[in-house]
Amino acid sequence: MAAALAVVSALTLSGCSSSVSGSTASTQPGELQGTLTIFAAASLTESFTELAAIFGSDHPDVTIAPISFDGSTTLATQIREGAPADIFAAADGATMRSVSDLLDGEAIPFASNSLQIAVQPGNPLNISELADLSAPGVQLVLCAPQVPCGATAQTLLDREKIVVTPASEELNVKAVLTKVQLGEADAGLVYVTDIAAAEAVEGINIPEADEAKSTYPLGILESSANPIVAEAFRDFVVSDRGQSVLSRYGFGRS
Amino acid sequence: MPRLLYIPAAVGFALLVLPLVGLVARADWPRVPAAIVSAEALSALGLSLQTALSATALCLIVGVPLALVIARSGPRLAGLLRALTTLPLVMPPLVGGIALLYLLGRNGLVGGFLELTFGIHIPFTTAAVVIAQSFVALPFLVIAVEGALRTAGTGFETVAATLGAGRWTVFRRVTLPTILPGLLAGTVLCFARALGEFGATALFAGNAAGITRTMPLAIYTAFNGAGATQDSAIALSLLLVVVGIIILLLLRSWRTTPGM
Repeated sequence: MAAALAVVSALTLSGCSSSVSGSTASTQPGELQGTLTIFAAASLTESFTELAAIFGSDHPDVTIAPISFDGSTTLATQIREGAPADIFAAADGATMRSVSDLLDGEAIPFASNSLQIAVQPGNPLNISELADLSAPGVQLVLCAPQVPCGATAQTLLDREKIVVTPASEELNVKAVLTKVQLGEADAGLVYVTDIAAAEAVEGINIPEADEAKSTYPLGILESSANPIVAEAFRDFVVSDRGQSVLSRYGFGRS
Repeated sequence: MPRLLYIPAAVGFALLVLPLVGLVARADWPRVPAAIVSAEALSALGLSLQTALSATALCLIVGVPLALVIARSGPRLAGLLRALTTLPLVMPPLVGGIALLYLLGRNGLVGGFLELTFGIHIPFTTAAVVIAQSFVALPFLVIAVEGALRTAGTGFETVAATLGAGRWTVFRRVTLPTILPGLLAGTVLCFARALGEFGATALFAGNAAGITRTMPLAIYTAFNGAGATQDSAIALSLLLVVVGIIILLLLRSWRTTPGM
């Protein structure tokens, strides 16, 4: 359904913009133009919104369709079922590999991210380390192991030999964050970048988190209606300017 | 009927049935049995049946009296009550889930009080699933029962009362038997709706295997978490479709049994 919405909004948006640009701006030969449809992991919500805005203002004739932010695996499923995306940015390599046969060339890594413990402001339960998450009475929410943030969390917990019983396994990292922000969960494992971008939540550093880092790959889809614009956007993301935006949101270099 | 109407009827039927054909066609049949009897599938189905039955029981306990109140109210009050009762029918279940969270969540209107006073915590529990299912399923029961009550009228009840029957006796011996077909239909619809509930459950109850992961959530997790292969999502969907068909066929045979 999200895919269908994205299509509808992409259509309406491109419809609007063409009528606007037709009456005002004239297109320079060689300038990039057309619509760019981006599917990006939920944890990229803030950073990619900004990256797309900058790219859009650099290239006024490019229309960027509202970005589909969701769990990486949800987006991968939609892409496999034919959702019309130009670019897919996933939160881990495994998810990207599940659509590798639909990519135009190899996906390239562009950022890395690590986990933090999200707690309520003031940290009322005094959670200071990963092992505290297994304490009885701590309402813990994780990502499901099937999705990247959950897989990373599982790797980390396994490595530290910590056994936890999550109250819920959500399908994307923002859903975990919301449960903590609402106060329904005492703690959750989310990316450093999600906490940096969020209000009403505090992050507890995990010293071991670097052992289980997530590397974000970006791929251009073979079915892309506008591969030239897609490539330009990819180049922008890996450029120094793009990377500085990502690092401002807490992402590491890949 | 005019012959021409067979065409739109066929289109309508195809719209409802062809997607299921698509589901059946996509299934990897040799692997379906294993997926259906997997521990995860059975746990989800068991939880679904258990919570949907509990929700149906809860709906019967509060829904039949509510339907009676609406049916016996004056037209204005009845209209207002009916509109509010049916609101969950027209709302996306997700809205219901958010509303339930804001009411019964830890920082919610009532939930905060329950937590502080009794240490009762509702979200992420099986009880939350039952509440979410009841929220979306109750209107189906109330509307069906209210319809039956209005059709039956109050004639028999009045006669029974003038012959000296008490209010409970009238309710048990006259009202309930008269509306039985409507009551059964409403109950089955209510159960079926509870079984299929997804949106409110996902937001309010969460998604934990064995505790809140009902069939719809297991299907969602399998479909969106699997990436390339959606075998188990398809198998679970087929299982739910089969259960649904059995329920609806049961309803049909109840309604056509003579004397019921």
